Amino acid sequence: MSAFFAVIRRDLILAFRRRAEIANPIFFFILIVTLFPLGVGANTQLLQAIAPGIIWVSALLAVMLSLDSLFRSDFDDGSLEQMLLSAHPLTVLVLAKIIAHWLVTGLPLLLVAPLLAVFLGLPEQALGTLLITLVLATPVLSLIGSIGVSLTVGLRRGGMILSLLVLPLYVPVLIFASNAVEMAGNGLAVDAQINILIAIFFISAVLAPLPAAAALKMSVS
Amino acid sequence: MDSPPIESRCFEAKNLSCIRDDRVLFEGLNFKLSNHQVLLLEGKNGCGKTSLLRIICGFREQDAGEMLWCNTEIRDSLYFAEMAYVGHLDGVKKELTVLENLKMSLALGQQGSYSIDQALDKVHLAGYDDSLVQSLSAGQKRRLSLARLLITNNSLWVLDEPFTSIDKEGIKLIESLMHEHIAAGGMIILTSHHELVLHEADVQKINLSTCH
Repeated sequence: MSAFFAVIRRDLILAFRRRAEIANPIFFFILIVTLFPLGVGANTQLLQAIAPGIIWVSALLAVMLSLDSLFRSDFDDGSLEQMLLSAHPLTVLVLAKIIAHWLVTGLPLLLVAPLLAVFLGLPEQALGTLLITLVLATPVLSLIGSIGVSLTVGLRRGGMILSLLVLPLYVPVLIFASNAVEMAGNGLAVDAQINILIAIFFISAVLAPLPAAAALKMSVS
Repeated sequence: MDSPPIESRCFEAKNLSCIRDDRVLFEGLNFKLSNHQVLLLEGKNGCGKTSLLRIICGFREQDAGEMLWCNTEIRDSLYFAEMAYVGHLDGVKKELTVLENLKMSLALGQQGSYSIDQALDKVHLAGYDDSLVQSLSAGQKRRLSLARLLITNNSLWVLDEPFTSIDKEGIKLIESLMHEHIAAGGMIILTSHHELVLHEADVQKINLSTCH
């Protein structure tokens, strides 16, 4: 247990010392969302209609942009070898790394997204749902992403393969999350979508660290 | 301060072989290492020294054979809690301070006979506690990764070229650390191009170039 918290603590300190790198995804997120009104014109109704999609697609791309940093530096400097050698189960350490990754990428998205939603004119009644979907689904993005990264971390240029591996798995999250926000905007019930997102969250929280740890062992060998 | 004696342990490799890209690096390799013993792997570049060490660390699967720790298959034993590895990569984070790095190693392992301060003193890095690792020289980083061996509890050291980028004084220092570990009942498996000076130690040598 102490190793679990030590890994989270270490990764948060590292994130703090590499602020510029960590700010990239959130900056990217804000940029895409703010560029849309310029691209499609300031048509309020149109923007309102596509706001859930814009926010969710940008969030998804922002998380994907940050995925490579999850294991890259540990792989390059040998810290990963040391984690593999420790007597602690690797899945627990991997889960700690995923949580730290979410804290530095998912959580900031969560804080900025409502502001951007207002900026795009998303109806007020949908804001709560947007937050709930972000709370449930951004951890899923980190969890699923960890499998892809651990498979590609041994490759020098794994970026393209990473997106090919991970994007199809992100699609259900995107569909249910943006659909929930859209429905909420129209004043409809969103229980079904939220329940499915909760299910996806729990399944990936339990299952994702296992293949990720196995893939890391393969990447190191 | 002397480390407490280590209980009786042994590492045994039976019939190990390693094949890489259809090339047999070594096969039918047998050795047994007990307390107070050193195993020095020799051979020219590319003969499989590092591959053997990575197999011993469990990073790589051996292509045949088995490895036993106290007569139990290593993956079913407490082997990984009792071994430590310093490889080509230092395994330290350059954005963290010396102290933070060692605390992390300690969290991943078990408290050994030295405290962090004592270990830093021992590897001549006292006073560097709060320096970022990126400001250290290559040799200092190497010594820091060796400090990891001292603070955690382990009986088997696996060292891949521990003398790389270390000055003459540092070599003497590492030799004395190794000597102390051996005297306390530890075991060491290492590769080195440097002529090893370990008096009174029981050193086995295996030349991998001849193992196929």
